[in-house]
Amino acid sequence: MNPTALRFGLWLLVTPLLIAALGLGFKGLAAVDSSLFFAWGYFIEVLIAGLLQGVMYSLVALGFVLIFKASGIFNFAQGSMVLFAALTMVGFIEMGLHWTLAFVVTAAVMVLLALAIERVVLRPLVNQPHIILFMATIGIFYFLDGFGQTLWGSDVKVLDIGISKAPIIVAEGVFENGLLINSFDLVAALVGAVLVAGLAVFFQYTRVGRALRAVADDHQAALSVGIPLKTIWAIVWSVAGIVALVAGIMWGSKAGVQFSLALIALKALPVLILGGFTSIPGAIVGGLIIGAGEQLAEVFLGPIFGGAIQDWFAYMLALVFLLFRPQGLFGEKIIERI
Amino acid sequence: MLYREAGQFKTSYAADQAIFPIRQDQIAIALMAAIAVLGVPALANEYFLETIFVPFLVFAMAALGLNILTGYCGQLSLGTGGFMACGAFFSYKLATAFPELHIVIVFLLAGLGTAGVGVLFGLPSLRIKGFYLAVATLAAQFFLVWMFNKFDWWTNYSSSGVISAPPRELFPGLFITGTQAGPVTKYLFLLVFVAVLALVAKNLVRSRIGRTWMAIRDMDIAAEIIGIRPLWAKLSAFAVSSFYIGIAGALWAFVYTGSVEALAFEINRSFQVLFMIIIGGLGSILGSFLGAAFIVLLPILLNNGMLAIDPTISTALVSHIEFMIFGALIVFFLIVEPHGLARLWQIAKEKLRLWPFPY
Repeated sequence: MNPTALRFGLWLLVTPLLIAALGLGFKGLAAVDSSLFFAWGYFIEVLIAGLLQGVMYSLVALGFVLIFKASGIFNFAQGSMVLFAALTMVGFIEMGLHWTLAFVVTAAVMVLLALAIERVVLRPLVNQPHIILFMATIGIFYFLDGFGQTLWGSDVKVLDIGISKAPIIVAEGVFENGLLINSFDLVAALVGAVLVAGLAVFFQYTRVGRALRAVADDHQAALSVGIPLKTIWAIVWSVAGIVALVAGIMWGSKAGVQFSLALIALKALPVLILGGFTSIPGAIVGGLIIGAGEQLAEVFLGPIFGGAIQDWFAYMLALVFLLFRPQGLFGEKIIERI
Repeated sequence: MLYREAGQFKTSYAADQAIFPIRQDQIAIALMAAIAVLGVPALANEYFLETIFVPFLVFAMAALGLNILTGYCGQLSLGTGGFMACGAFFSYKLATAFPELHIVIVFLLAGLGTAGVGVLFGLPSLRIKGFYLAVATLAAQFFLVWMFNKFDWWTNYSSSGVISAPPRELFPGLFITGTQAGPVTKYLFLLVFVAVLALVAKNLVRSRIGRTWMAIRDMDIAAEIIGIRPLWAKLSAFAVSSFYIGIAGALWAFVYTGSVEALAFEINRSFQVLFMIIIGGLGSILGSFLGAAFIVLLPILLNNGMLAIDPTISTALVSHIEFMIFGALIVFFLIVEPHGLARLWQIAKEKLRLWPFPY
């Protein structure tokens, strides 16, 4: 095992342990005077809920990573793409299409959108500094938000594709009352896993996937062996659009399709910082850590700070991370002096 | 023909270094000042003063602050809303805890406090840049708004979480905050206050400290090699920028709205100010004002325009179309003129010098 892999492993192991220790410590302190033992079942329940929530963050973060890897653009508009995709899908379902058909049509719409963004926004901005492109995607963010809601209205909509939301109780023998798990979250986790596996296969074994990796590694070298950069960008944005659609369906059927969906993109930022901007596994692991850390912090530390610390906990975690490991857990080492 | 500098000779260094070296500019600026001080209060009614001129000046102040950080020093910040909230709540606590303190001093102290907070959240900029830094400032945004929202010490334990500006006088008998303050007094106070601070900013950015910021922005490694300390340059940019933004927040709460809650300074406020400096012009003092005017005026014009075309249009639809137009404008400006309105103004001036006989 090489030393870098060992270090990654250590980080992976230590971070959740630290979070768990924090939670344990505070819970332990609380338990001293009530002379009760720590409610392990509850702790694990919160942890699992957090991990599953984290999968949902990963779904959004994936879209960011795809685009960043291939074009070096940090696509702030990913969140509004999620919202737009969910709104469009609900719109088609309301027109009377079956949800599978609506999915296909919406996917086509997302591909069209990707082509339009590539043509109208990205191509004129080629060779601009990254920060300009970043601000351009903030513009796209606003435009899509307004466009989607102008087109489909701004009411909170229900997106139901028939996933059961009944809670499941497992491990009744081990813990008192068993563990309560939301079955919807399990399905979401499964979808996330399938999506990641699919993307991994796509990147690893297809011709287009290889071209994508080549572009990610070195634009100029890729160009000189005849890989068409513009086509690749259009493909990446399309794939990111479809990932946004999947994330939109999952978030939409969990929390309803509404404007706040666009803001979960902001939650994906700390996920990316933790996982690294260029790594697909990083997006997953980062999502899990942020999801679990956030839930545990809210439940066990929240009462100390007065609650609702979910709003900023993830960012603070990312901030601490930035100070010590700016490239994230799996990101490429940034060789750049500042 | 009119805009010629031929025959204007500079005989001293002071004349050479003037902010407006050309006589026509000096006349124009004097005219504008006269219009702003005498014409606007005489002609504009209360509605115009309260909904256009006062918010324009407050936003111009915030845009100035962000432009120092993002435009001059190149450090992207998405925490403007949080820092404005800092200014608002600091000044509220100061004004209520020390009622005899003069209100201008309260504003300046609140600005200084915000500068401290800005430096604290600017520390990561020594290790990271670009959108990594944007995420770090996002942490400031969410944390600060949460803090002011959560702990009611900041609002003096008001049940609604809303702070109301106590009435304060600029000179004895002349109220600039609270319900007795008239819109004309507010406007004139803001005008002078913002103009003075803009002048300070203009002189800052063309002096040594501003040049170090620009050097860091243009190429940090080269800047370091010629002897600029990045630590000092970046943190001073954060401090000065937060000072301006904090004062803008204080003015927002005290002079513009009169009562405000922490949620008024959400992430959208940060984007709004960022858009002002992108559209107005990154790295330009004039641009901050142009951008602020543009972003304040556009929604009002759009609203009235769309209502004039179709009176039955819903307000939700209007706000969505507003979003769309904002987004499209941002992209348009970045593609066509990344230096914003200020650059367009400069081009216009250069054209004007040759008009009507371009060679």
